[in-house]
Amino acid sequence: MAIEVRVPTVLRKHTNGEKKVTGSGHTLRELVEDLEIRHPGLRGALIGEDGQLRRFINVYVNDEDARYLGGVETPLSADDEVSILPAVAGG
Amino acid sequence: MTSAPIDGYLDLDRATYEAIIAHAQSDPHFEVCGMLAIDRGQVVRHYQIPNAERSATFFRMDSTAMKRPWMEIEDNDWGMVIYHSHTHTEAYPSPTDIKEAAHTPGAVYLIVSLQDADAPVIRGFDIIDGKVTERILYVDGEEAPAGRR
Repeated sequence: MAIEVRVPTVLRKHTNGEKKVTGSGHTLRELVEDLEIRHPGLRGALIGEDGQLRRFINVYVNDEDARYLGGVETPLSADDEVSILPAVAGG
Repeated sequence: MTSAPIDGYLDLDRATYEAIIAHAQSDPHFEVCGMLAIDRGQVVRHYQIPNAERSATFFRMDSTAMKRPWMEIEDNDWGMVIYHSHTHTEAYPSPTDIKEAAHTPGAVYLIVSLQDADAPVIRGFDIIDGKVTERILYVDGEEAPAGRR
């Protein structure tokens, strides 16, 4: 199944400048592993050494923040849209 | 007052300027945050986004609330302004602000200071590769008060 993933400007250095890439997987983790094959560096930008989503990005499955769905284990269906946005923070 | 090299300007209409200050004053003990969308030099959207941290010294845009505004700005190719308030410090990027700006290149940053509750100040900045430059803020064509530079 092909899942479309929207990539923020700050990560497009890993996708040859592409704003949208396609991958497959039954979970977010599998999708990211699949994307890493064609877009090396993307996995490291999204998933930390603890195996969880990095705090400075937000990954959405449709309109929901994956942190509230299951993190990297969030299940995916064929017509899901995955979007990655930077987290916006400061102090 | 901390200064930075001046580089460029930002035009705001008075209604937006006052709405940003009102937003900061509506929750004066915590940092507030939001975004503006700029199309051809005009503010076309003002999004107030909840601060998920609800802290006097830190903000993190609520991820769910920011998704549609962020996508709308990108999909329309509008300019992006990210603003937040400082409850008791000056309207200048903190070390945290400078560090976090690395994740949102291309945005202009507005900081509202409530340090002087009777005279809130908004200043605008670019933060590129950790370097801060300031934009002169014009409100309806008049330079906005920023204190001594």
